[in-house]
Amino acid sequence: MKVKLENLTKRWGPVYAARDINLDINDGEFVAFLGPSGCGKTTTLLLIAGIYKPTAGRILFDDRVMNQVPPKNRNIGMVFQSYALYPHMTVYENLVFPMKLKRVPPAEMKARAQRVAEMLGISQLLDRRPGQLSGGQQQRVALGRALTKHPDLLLFDEPLSNLDARLRLSMRAEIKRLQMDLGVTAIYVTHDQVEAMTMADRVAVMKDGQLQAYCPPNELYDRPRTLFIAGFVGNPPMNFIEVEVVLRDGVYHAQRAGFDLPLLTERGGQAAGRGPVILGVRPEDVMIAEEGIAGEVYVVEPLGRDDLIDVRIGEVHVHVLADPNRRCKVGDRVHLCFNTQKIQLFDPKTEQSLLWT
Amino acid sequence: MSESASTVQALEAGKAHYPEEKASLRSLLSPLLFMAPAIILVVVFFFIPVVIVLAISLTDMSTATGFNNWKWVQFDNYRRIATHPNTLPVLRNTLMYVALTLALFNVGMALVIALLTTHVPRRSGFLFRALWLLPRLTPSVVYIMMWKYVAADAPYGILNQHLLGPLGIPPTNWLPAQPWLFVILTNGFIGASFGMVIFTSAIESIPYDYMVAALVDGCSLWQRIRYLILPLLRWPLLFVTTYQTLSLLTSFEQILLLTEGQFGTEVWSLWAYQRALSNYWGNFQWGFGAALAAVLVLIGVVMALVYMRYFQFNQLVQEPKIEAL
Ligand SMILES: Nc1ncnc2c1ncn2[C@@H]1O[C@H](COP(=O)(O)OP(=O)(O)O)[C@@H](O)[C@H]1O
Ligand SMILES: [Mg+2]
Repeated sequence: MKVKLENLTKRWGPVYAARDINLDINDGEFVAFLGPSGCGKTTTLLLIAGIYKPTAGRILFDDRVMNQVPPKNRNIGMVFQSYALYPHMTVYENLVFPMKLKRVPPAEMKARAQRVAEMLGISQLLDRRPGQLSGGQQQRVALGRALTKHPDLLLFDEPLSNLDARLRLSMRAEIKRLQMDLGVTAIYVTHDQVEAMTMADRVAVMKDGQLQAYCPPNELYDRPRTLFIAGFVGNPPMNFIEVEVVLRDGVYHAQRAGFDLPLLTERGGQAAGRGPVILGVRPEDVMIAEEGIAGEVYVVEPLGRDDLIDVRIGEVHVHVLADPNRRCKVGDRVHLCFNTQKIQLFDPKTEQSLLWT
Repeated sequence: MSESASTVQALEAGKAHYPEEKASLRSLLSPLLFMAPAIILVVVFFFIPVVIVLAISLTDMSTATGFNNWKWVQFDNYRRIATHPNTLPVLRNTLMYVALTLALFNVGMALVIALLTTHVPRRSGFLFRALWLLPRLTPSVVYIMMWKYVAADAPYGILNQHLLGPLGIPPTNWLPAQPWLFVILTNGFIGASFGMVIFTSAIESIPYDYMVAALVDGCSLWQRIRYLILPLLRWPLLFVTTYQTLSLLTSFEQILLLTEGQFGTEVWSLWAYQRALSNYWGNFQWGFGAALAAVLVLIGVVMALVYMRYFQFNQLVQEPKIEAL
């Protein structure tokens, strides 16, 4: 099923939890809503589910306006961070509850519940109560409950946030796989950019109720359109350096005190003559080399596969991912080499990218 | 040789056991120490009075005998209750009074108000519940006087003059005509507010995600009440039903003020009160009254046990069994 949001707006008193959101979701697509806590992800999801009524705007499922349709007629399956399994029902009763309400024939109900239970590996738990299950098991049951009714749309509200790191990793893959196999349209709300980037076909980045970007993950990563996206996506986060871009001897240079970096013409040209701009570069696109911009190692954080090294250049700090074999120590004099193909440039006032629109 | 070996073994075994025993004695004593204040309170103010009442119920103590000339009469008082002509009608009255007030108001109306006021905007719900608390805040005597004014004999009374009169209904002596209606209404209006408060807070403490999940899963508002809210109210329902049964069994002040037990509204606790502590002839039959009270306690305990069985108390307090995935 296709989903379309048109100027969707929800206001709580003075607060806009969702503001003029325009979004198209294709049939079978997996879309992630990504944004920090309190940016309106849950509100948008509950608007789509029909729990809240929009202040303005429209919600369309397959070209049908859904604004006035009650939740029970939207055929949606939803998975919550808190699992929200009915505590007074067994796992089996939880699984069949949505089907009971849809008046699915008993034989079919049983067959579907068993199929889903098998798929999720919870067949041996069917007569347990939710209180007798671990978090991971509960989340599987919650997923099962959302699937047994054969929904047209799956909604996930931070479903993995309460699980431990290992379980999160395996569940992530499993959810993605299930969604692909079933071909059901899915919206996945998360504040975890890794989840959004790894699972989604397209990511909708939200901030203060507004849609910041809506594009495939790699585009979000390589061509961030706002300062917010650049800083929010990627771990460790992008370095931002305030510079001025000038043309010297036919080459654009980004420069500030103790810092002078030649830029590619097509990138530097967008920022020249604008006064101060913000240069962004990811830690993995900076290398410690024999020559280049000079700096001093300020902090070393071993991450295992890499060392995250904080290098001080004059007043700015640049984070660099370096090979641990280099054995950088605090106080070392080092030189930095920047991958100029990956340099981003932003307008400090509008916070928009100067490279991508 | 073997003898001494076994002695050593026994000694060692004793030594090994000794610190453990000491620890277990201490671990037994310290909780007792912590509970001592509560235990003393319960014993002095609850246990001893019960024993005294039970003891008095086995005597013929009354104003006539005073505290000096009474004697033990074994189960005479209970035998008198069993054969007393008032016993059956009063028992019937009591059961009717408790059952109707409980079902219609203390649980029924309380549940309805709680459900309604939690499904409307918060502020209006709160206001309505606050209004419904007013009768409970009013002193009983004032409250009952207001009701008496409402239901006063013809041609007076608000019912006769202002409510039913204009509709062409002839004036009536409402209290003698419909004594049970007014007994149940007066008690019910007060009684419902207790359950209302408990049920409302229980409904509002249901996690919001459950409420959303139920709607997304396909419930109408009514189905959500039926399949989610009511089952989750099992504990508070058990509590309110049990508590209010016991409280109605022993409460009589509204009836005393309203009808004094006339027009066939005598209930068990009022009977006990009138026999033991307040009667027209001034002969207070403490022994007989105590026996009446003891029977009431017995009825209450039996009812509480029945409720617990019915609500499957054991299942409610079951231990969870968790194993990691
Ligand atoms: N029921 C509500 N009443 C009033 N304000 C709300 C309500 N739900 C959410 N909000 C507000 O709307 C904003 C977005 O909240 P939410 O959608 O829960 O964010 P997220 O899920 O992204 O963390 C927050 O400022 C929050 O305080
Ligand atoms: Mg949220």
